[in-house]
Amino acid sequence: MRISFMQKACFGLAMAAGVTLLPGLSIAKTFNLTVDKVLIDTGNFEKEGIGYNGKSPGPVLRFQEGEDVTINVTNNLNESTSIHWHGLILPFQMDGVPKISFPGIEPGETFTYKFPIVQSGTYWFHSHSGFQEPDGAYGSIVIEPEKRDPFRFDKDYVVQFTDAHPHSGKRILRNLKMSADYYNRQQQTIGDFFADVRENGFKATVDDRMAWGDMRMMKTDIEDVQGFTPLINGKGPHQNWTGLFEPKERIRLRFINSSAMTYFDVRIPGLKMTVVAADGNNVQPVTVDELRLGVAETYDVIVRPMDDKAYTIFGASMGRTAYARATLAPRQGMVAEIPEMTKAPLLTMADMGMDHGNMEGMDHSNMSGMDHSSMKDMDHSKMKSMDHSSMKEMDNSSMKGMDHSNMMGMEQDKDSFYANGSGLVPTAANGGKFLSYADLKAQKPLYEEREATREIELRLTGNMERYIWSINGVKYEDADPIVLQYGERVRFKFVNETMMTHPMHLHGMWSILDVGAGKWDPIKHTISVAPGTTVYSETEVDAPGQWAFHCHLSFHMDAGMFRKIVVEGGPKSASLNPSEQGVLQ
Amino acid sequence: MIDLKKSLLTAALPFSVLMPVVGHSAEMSNIYYGVQMEEFEYRYGEGGEELFAFDGDAFIGTDELKLRWEGSGELDLNVNRFESLSNQLALQTPISDFWDIKGGIRYSSPQGPDRWYAAVGLSGLAPQWIEVDTHLFLSEKGKLSADLDIEYEILLTNYLTLTPSANIDAAFSSDREIGVGSGINSVEAGLRLSYDVWDRILSPYVGVVYERKFGQTANYVEAEGESADIWYAVIGAKLMF
Repeated sequence: MRISFMQKACFGLAMAAGVTLLPGLSIAKTFNLTVDKVLIDTGNFEKEGIGYNGKSPGPVLRFQEGEDVTINVTNNLNESTSIHWHGLILPFQMDGVPKISFPGIEPGETFTYKFPIVQSGTYWFHSHSGFQEPDGAYGSIVIEPEKRDPFRFDKDYVVQFTDAHPHSGKRILRNLKMSADYYNRQQQTIGDFFADVRENGFKATVDDRMAWGDMRMMKTDIEDVQGFTPLINGKGPHQNWTGLFEPKERIRLRFINSSAMTYFDVRIPGLKMTVVAADGNNVQPVTVDELRLGVAETYDVIVRPMDDKAYTIFGASMGRTAYARATLAPRQGMVAEIPEMTKAPLLTMADMGMDHGNMEGMDHSNMSGMDHSSMKDMDHSKMKSMDHSSMKEMDNSSMKGMDHSNMMGMEQDKDSFYANGSGLVPTAANGGKFLSYADLKAQKPLYEEREATREIELRLTGNMERYIWSINGVKYEDADPIVLQYGERVRFKFVNETMMTHPMHLHGMWSILDVGAGKWDPIKHTISVAPGTTVYSETEVDAPGQWAFHCHLSFHMDAGMFRKIVVEGGPKSASLNPSEQGVLQ
Repeated sequence: MIDLKKSLLTAALPFSVLMPVVGHSAEMSNIYYGVQMEEFEYRYGEGGEELFAFDGDAFIGTDELKLRWEGSGELDLNVNRFESLSNQLALQTPISDFWDIKGGIRYSSPQGPDRWYAAVGLSGLAPQWIEVDTHLFLSEKGKLSADLDIEYEILLTNYLTLTPSANIDAAFSSDREIGVGSGINSVEAGLRLSYDVWDRILSPYVGVVYERKFGQTANYVEAEGESADIWYAVIGAKLMF
């Protein structure tokens, strides 16, 4: 049932045996990290930031599934710090969120993290204190599996995307609070107005501007914070990080998005990418031309360049204000063409939640009263027999629980993880296949499939003009924790009522994203929720203690889109095992 | 000169109150602050009048409650005296998605008699992106007056902005001592073309301003040998930090 817990328990026994019976065999690895002020040079500008072991990004930490790791973190800053191991399943005291997991690491202190590695794949780590993460405090984690992965590769590279900004995080948030459009330099101008008049006519253009003006919202509001330089492994587009290969080699690229605010649409012109893992967990391979890398997500892809030539790894920011660029090449110094960014998307009324009125009109009690399992099994003919008027009122996104293959079959390029008519639906630059959440199927289910024991609705809310972000209309500072019971399976219903895309990250426990694939639903740590949509994920509550749950856009998180989760009950030993406690030295 | 010093001192006073609070706020993450000068300019009138004018505000506080200083003034550079000068300190709180109410005190200390006012105001963003700021004042003499500021930004490009603005002052009864008649007593309309040269920190502009006094207020002004309506060419900079 709770496989991960069983694994942990078995593993703990094995560890104990290893340590006591075979003291000569070192299966516990020790790492040392210092948190330092560093210089970040993006090629476009230099700034003082924060890094690990003297660099930003910090090192790649290579763990082995099944081992115990000890990580000594020394704070050389003059402010408190912390490290959160993003996506790792571990005792909550090791999770590294100040005031939730532990008090934080004060200047000059060394905190020793100690935890067993119970998973494999691509993850990352970052500070969870103040604005240290947007200021550069991140690194990556690669965990080798106990058994070999079910796909072949000859070489692997971490490809870590970040968005370095000339302003400090603290200053960015202050500017946004002062003027929410401070960083938006893509606003529609008088020139756009006349261009639209030529294309759509005067009345249509005026009506359009009036409708948006009435809401006091902007179609171009896709990136709150512009003016950053995207980096790959710490290198700006001109500095061009390069990974070497021999033609015909299979290369595993571990895409990690450690940006503060920026989604990237990633492609490698001339190469197909076979997605083999999402958020560290293997998925059934799916071959795509392009994928959208949400903030805090990771995707592992395998590419196989056949020719003796260079290829560009190209990541255009979702709002198309900047791009990340790196190169795969047979020899250092070789470069390929840098493609043009495709046109910047514009939000539509669908993204603004124009379904919203309908959603409220929707009989809510009916919806939640609907037998969930029967929803999944619902076939098309039954849909037809459903009262048609009520169908219309149903928000499209809430139909996700239905048989997905049917949905996809209905319209090829419709992605049900975007609002119907959304301006944000991505299309591949070469006209090919763009990865959708709906394509993700777990390689091996981590949990037995079962009915969720209850549903918790989380409306993602905010006030763009005031730059206030919240959940269910309440900011973190004013909110009570969400209390879960150990052993339950909770179904989270994310209703995005804002115009922004929110990558929701639950600490300590997996989020099983409902793509309608039943037991093959993919296992993630970060769920991106597009504007005007409703997305469901389920969590087996198998980790006692208290955890963070938040939007991973740094400034949304800090502005209040954050909750503390308290898991009540569960084995005492798991929650307070002294050997797993960190030690302050 | 003494008068000028006094006036500048009055203008500086709110800063000395706000600044220690700003310094302290560095440790409290949910307290924000900002300083803005919407107008900070040299005006050259059609009759050779030369003025320095400013209109700005500074705030510190949380999403729910802010302390806001608002100040504006016109210094006649030919005779070194303030034609108008007012400082207001108010507490401000949201009442809806786009609107805030505020309440506080205003001190008006131009050349001539000063006035204290109790002030209540409403500010926010009206549909179609029109910025609105309006107040109702009750003076120490028991006289009621009001003002209304509206502003709209037309983006010629994402850096070049044309900003029409209007400012209307009205009084419900006259206060002869300070040259205010009842009814709408002055309107100021401006059109400024600005360019953001350094983020939104510094945006130099050029523009025109038309100022017109009405009714008794116009009579008072004309009695002093000044014109009731006047065009200015202006050059200055918007500041935000």
